[in-house]
Amino acid sequence: MAVTQLVGAKIHRREDPRLITGHGHYIDDFARQGTAYAAFVRSPHAHARIKSIDVTDASKAPGVVGVYTARDFKGQLAGTHPAAPAFVAEKKYIPERFPIAEKEVCYQGEIVAVVLADTKGQASDAANMIQVDYAELPAVMDLEKALADGSPKVHEDGPDNLCWDLTYTGPEVTEAAFQEADTVVKQRILQNRLAPVPMEPRGVMAEYEGFDKKLTIWMSSQNPHFIRLFVSGAMGLKESQVRVISPDVGGGFGSKISPYPEDYLVPALSRIADRPVKWIETRTESIQNATHGRGQFYDVEVAAKNDGTLLAMRMTQHLDVGAYCGTFSAFQACACLMAGGAYKWKGGISARTIGILTNRVPTDPYRGAGRPEATHLVERMVDLVADELKMDPVEIRKKNFIQPGDFPYTQNFGLVVDSGDYEKSLDVALKLAGYDELRKKQAEGRKQGKYIGIGLSTWIELCGFGPSAATAPATGGIALVESAQVRVVPTGSVLVYTGTHAHGQGHETTFSQIVADQLGVPIENIEIRHGDTAEGTSFGYGTYGSRSLAVGGVAVSKAVGKVIDKGKKLAAHMLEAAEEDVVYENGSFHVKGSPDKAKAFGEVAFASYGMSLPEGMEQGLEAVAYFDPPNLVWPFGAHIAVVEIDAETGSVQLQKYVAVDDCGNIINPMIVDGQIHGGVAQAIAQALFEEVVYDDETGQLKTGTLLDYNIPGMGEIPIMDLDHTVTPSPTNDLGVKGIGEAGTIAASAAVINAVCDALSPLGIKHVDMPASPDRLWKQMKEARQ
Amino acid sequence: MKQKVATSVNGRRHEHEVEPRLLLVHYLRDNLGLTGTHIGCDTSQCGACTILVDGKAVKSCTMFAVQAEGKNLTTIEGMAKDGELHPIQQAFWDEHGLQCGYCTPGFIMAAAYLLSQNPNPTEDEIRKGLEGNLCRCTGYVNIIKAVQTAAKTMSGTQAKKTTVAAGGN
Repeated sequence: MAVTQLVGAKIHRREDPRLITGHGHYIDDFARQGTAYAAFVRSPHAHARIKSIDVTDASKAPGVVGVYTARDFKGQLAGTHPAAPAFVAEKKYIPERFPIAEKEVCYQGEIVAVVLADTKGQASDAANMIQVDYAELPAVMDLEKALADGSPKVHEDGPDNLCWDLTYTGPEVTEAAFQEADTVVKQRILQNRLAPVPMEPRGVMAEYEGFDKKLTIWMSSQNPHFIRLFVSGAMGLKESQVRVISPDVGGGFGSKISPYPEDYLVPALSRIADRPVKWIETRTESIQNATHGRGQFYDVEVAAKNDGTLLAMRMTQHLDVGAYCGTFSAFQACACLMAGGAYKWKGGISARTIGILTNRVPTDPYRGAGRPEATHLVERMVDLVADELKMDPVEIRKKNFIQPGDFPYTQNFGLVVDSGDYEKSLDVALKLAGYDELRKKQAEGRKQGKYIGIGLSTWIELCGFGPSAATAPATGGIALVESAQVRVVPTGSVLVYTGTHAHGQGHETTFSQIVADQLGVPIENIEIRHGDTAEGTSFGYGTYGSRSLAVGGVAVSKAVGKVIDKGKKLAAHMLEAAEEDVVYENGSFHVKGSPDKAKAFGEVAFASYGMSLPEGMEQGLEAVAYFDPPNLVWPFGAHIAVVEIDAETGSVQLQKYVAVDDCGNIINPMIVDGQIHGGVAQAIAQALFEEVVYDDETGQLKTGTLLDYNIPGMGEIPIMDLDHTVTPSPTNDLGVKGIGEAGTIAASAAVINAVCDALSPLGIKHVDMPASPDRLWKQMKEARQ
Repeated sequence: MKQKVATSVNGRRHEHEVEPRLLLVHYLRDNLGLTGTHIGCDTSQCGACTILVDGKAVKSCTMFAVQAEGKNLTTIEGMAKDGELHPIQQAFWDEHGLQCGYCTPGFIMAAAYLLSQNPNPTEDEIRKGLEGNLCRCTGYVNIIKAVQTAAKTMSGTQAKKTTVAAGGN
């Protein structure tokens, strides 16, 4: 990159003026003339047979356009819910899923009928009049019991409840190391089921124009091009006949990646009713139906030497798939591939993932997806080994880290970690936290009966999905590369289209920083566009897996490079110089060694639309680029949490939080810090507060509102002390790595390690999440007895 | 069945016949087209719909439109004046106090009320004063900073007397 002015600077976000003044455009802010509103009738049971549906009263209710059940969609929608191979290529059983249930409901909230009416209120009133007669069936809720012989089945006609069972590496791989070990530490580690809860629920508005056979869908999505692909296929339309517009998106965190039943039903309703149809999810619908994350438990064993050398690990992931296999559910199996964390395991890792169907809403990626689980388990296990060997958690980590000279490092599953310096980030964090001082304070506090704990998490992750060789097989054909288009209009301002999307990450700002520097033009001359499949390149790949900058940003930079290349040819012609003598600097093309023999970018842009072009050159100044990254990118860092636990109530006070993260080169430090803050907060939420709870017997959701599902408020999240190290990624020309999920990947382990450290005087070795006062109070009480 | 409601919203008078069950937030969004006030839950937890009613922060999903009869309402759209951002808006921008932006209007309105009551709040008072609003993106860190920054700016320009404290009209 040329002269850097904006990259690396705290540039205030370009998207903010509209958002702070109430002029953002979220899905519910859109309206079309003649819109009918949809209200869905959902199953109140986790598992039941539908005996009959009586729509008589509802059909006669005021304003009702129509009432529809599964039968009405049979000729409208084809196929079943897509379930990508992801990290489990061969699955045992993928239940068929139609967007609306006909004979059997398999989770509470599954759609059984839908009302269309002239107003939202009328639709909702009429939906309440629909009588559904159910015959209840046993709900399968427990992961282990679900696999037992004779267990009731999640789907009555299914073979069993096993979605997948894949052994990546068998126990034989680690046999020798376990024989050689001085000590073996075992632990079962739970991963509480979480609801993503973006502050903006989902929503879909669709308008089908029958005579043109054109469908426009407005929706709150992280992934509009994939929605176009799936919905056009299901509706029997050509992909080019469908336009998906995803405007400002009020948070997603993974829950707006995959297609949902409503994403098919609302467009189909527009075709049936021949008018625009709109549906906005309520919060309860969101917690009940938007895909959940985590919902797993792990059985882990670690073999170690008495000097603290980690030898080998054996782990099995038990993953609650839910009632149907989520589109990217099996992505969460990457927890197995990442279980080694920042450490060398010379004796190998044995890993197995088991995906189990239950009568709950499906799980799918939620911020971090598999990587928070991996960090949590390895960081917990390392602490358990340290505790067993009476070593300091810092010492054991430093002893086992992959070293700077080892990169690129091929880890146990053949993934190549592109770069890292784990000890460096840990040292910065220790200094920032005042680690030695903290240990002294802890020792003094313990003498006074205080439960003070210090927890570390030296996390790593893989992100930036991804290289075509890895991702095309994982999606079933489409490589998750990224596209960009740069269009320079005649007067020299620049439109940039990226195939990624954003729901708060500030790409309109960071991407324009990249373009402004590379082109040497003012940031005001650049517009970043995304989220509309009718604009830009033919396909875009959305935002997830901390990929937008490391794949999409690089694609943008590549497209800008192509524009500059064409500009050079034209400038050389205009300057009557040889192309190879023309250089581009600070927004101007000039002849090497003669800075005054120059043409400004705007002049060249204007000339590109004129008549005096070099022979064979076409008019215009625009370019498309795709970036197929050669590897994933591998951010890392060190987090330290300090907690004090109330001896009487078990409540955890988070006293200090230090995060030192390394995402390679930083485009906008303000935005990076913001991503860390939010990510850490979501992991603190998992560690201390949140859990989706269903009744063990009936499968009734007990946490269906924000009254019961405890997302943290302002009183619960501490101010954080942040710092960074910078280890540029060798994987892309910008040297960048993703940072959107880092905080969430890192922090639950730091918090829970601190909680366990605090309670260690009671002999408590492990605490599961959420470490809520009631859980800790019980555990402390038992320990004292 | 319908009932008349007359209000002043951001200094402009409005009169409509509405269903008695219509929530104020729906009235603002659907009848007046003021879509800056957002809906994030259905149990009055999230605070995304916070507005000022006669200068006081109210979650507009907890009121019926007809209960706003005769009241002065300020929504996020009424905060910037003559093309100039309100100091709280400016502070949210400067301090990166928002990411997806969905909760932001509610936070800005709640902060406006807080600062009208307590122009120089401590961190703890900010946390307590805004505990009725939820954000999923920022971890609240920069929202606290934004409110602190706004408090500083506003106390520096007290002579100008911000319109918010006076109820937005």
